[in-house]
Amino acid sequence: MAVSDPAQPPHETGETRRDFLYLAAGVLGAYGVGAAIWPLIDQMNPAADVLAVATIEVDIAPIVVGQAITVKWQGKPVFIRHRTQEEIDAARKVDPKELPDPQPDEMRAPKPEWLIVVGVCTHLGCIPLGQKPTDPHGEYNGWFCPCHGSHYDTAGRIRKGPAPKNLPVPKYEFVTDTMVRIG
Amino acid sequence: MRPAYFDHPIAKWIEYRLPVFSFLEHELYEYPTPKNLSYWWNFGSLAGIMLVVMIATGVVLAMHYVPHVDLAFDSIERIMRDVNYGWLLRYLHMNGGSVFFLVVYIHLFRGLYYGSFKYPRELLWMLGLVILLLMMATAFMGYVLPWGQMSFWAATVITNLFSAIPWVGDAIVTWLWGGFAVDQPTLGRFYSLHYLLPFVIVGVVGMHLMALHQHGSGNPLGVDVRKDKGDTIPFHPYYTVKDLFGTGVLFIFYFALVFFWPNLLGETINYVPANPLQTPAHIVPEWYFLPYYAILRSITFDIWFIPAKLIGVTLMFGSLLILFLLPWLDSSKVRSAKFRPIYKQFFWVFLLDAIVLGWVGGQPAEGIYVVIGQVATLFYFSYFFVIIPLIAKYEKPRPLPESISTPVLKEMA
Repeated sequence: MAVSDPAQPPHETGETRRDFLYLAAGVLGAYGVGAAIWPLIDQMNPAADVLAVATIEVDIAPIVVGQAITVKWQGKPVFIRHRTQEEIDAARKVDPKELPDPQPDEMRAPKPEWLIVVGVCTHLGCIPLGQKPTDPHGEYNGWFCPCHGSHYDTAGRIRKGPAPKNLPVPKYEFVTDTMVRIG
Repeated sequence: MRPAYFDHPIAKWIEYRLPVFSFLEHELYEYPTPKNLSYWWNFGSLAGIMLVVMIATGVVLAMHYVPHVDLAFDSIERIMRDVNYGWLLRYLHMNGGSVFFLVVYIHLFRGLYYGSFKYPRELLWMLGLVILLLMMATAFMGYVLPWGQMSFWAATVITNLFSAIPWVGDAIVTWLWGGFAVDQPTLGRFYSLHYLLPFVIVGVVGMHLMALHQHGSGNPLGVDVRKDKGDTIPFHPYYTVKDLFGTGVLFIFYFALVFFWPNLLGETINYVPANPLQTPAHIVPEWYFLPYYAILRSITFDIWFIPAKLIGVTLMFGSLLILFLLPWLDSSKVRSAKFRPIYKQFFWVFLLDAIVLGWVGGQPAEGIYVVIGQVATLFYFSYFFVIIPLIAKYEKPRPLPESISTPVLKEMA
């Protein structure tokens, strides 16, 4: 497009160099506003000190068979359950394909007697009951969330109720046979 | 008409620089108001008064409250026991929230019954809904501040609603929390926003009033006012006096709550300090959130590939957002339900439905309550998407009077 006089717009297309300048200035302006707003938004994400406190070590030697303990990790409860043979069998005999969130027990508990899950209901974040012998354990002998009635089995998998997912398994490793590092 | 005080030298000096007197004169005295407004028209000004009460008590409470997870609960107890009149200010603020919502809900249902959302007041209606949404956010964050058990778990459950958003849900929740659970960063930002939002509400109320004064108040007959037929009277003194009387009646009710039953509408368990490792057996929101909570919980099944949680959350927010569409869903030109025999009946069914939803929201999510909640939710959405459009299309409204005064004058003659 040959433009001889910038003040006179070419009649064929109706576009001028001024239109281009408007567009370019607008894009740059939008980018600048976005860059200025981003720190205001990102400051709400977890701060460095919050991210730093991300692993804990737990001594699991005192937990007897059939007992469960709750430890706090990243502000959330983590359930560590020393499962009985019946609980392991109950979790392993189910066909994972029939579950709402299919996962075999072998994947969730590589050491079958130890189940370690984040004790936060995947529906809306309540703490399910079932850590104490006197608690309700739900219809599948695992955990029961009192808020909206989700039932979890002995592998912490969702079996019934509004929760969409299994209780998440955090990243963990056995440092020794009786010491586990979570996170 | 130009009042005498305009000629006072000081008034003249100010008026020349800042036209505040002519503004007040125009909006209060000359502002023509329909002469047949019933007591249902008191609730707008009552809501304004409650907003002022909430800001006044809130600002002074903020002088004593400490937004820290280890100190927040104790600072509230200190306000209750040690601060001069602290108990009064806190109970006024606590119950003021409930009274504010009650007044606003009556104001909203008044609008539904008398068709206040219709042409040319669509934006007035939508600004009111924006105020309601802001009030809800403010009330929710205020409820978290005492850091009791219900505070903490309300914060957890409500922020977790956003995890239902596909793909980015978890990142959004972490962002809202500022960590991996509701904790100190969450409390800090909630406190900041709880202080900010009321002033945003003040701004939107200003626009709500601008939109109101553009076309003036509606009225129980829903017909446009005719100044030539003597349909209007000045706002002051007629409605200033009536609003003042209404305020007196409301405050009798409000202060009865504050002085005799200050904890009636609260949850006892919120006097237990927050414990992130233990959820209370029965979580319920404050009464003014119960209907939405019931809608959220009513979806217990997946639809196709969409998980139940996402549908529940969508419907809960949708139950409010749908009100923004109401001016277009209801295409009937007749505003007042007085002249709409079918709409009038369904209005009362809808009100009943909202109350049933509120009741279900306070019950445990099991057995028959789930079924009732599902039926009530179905009706709620059918009302807007099916019933209202159909009524607007097929209902034969009764004849409208020519003006507010005409039928009265005919009877007298």
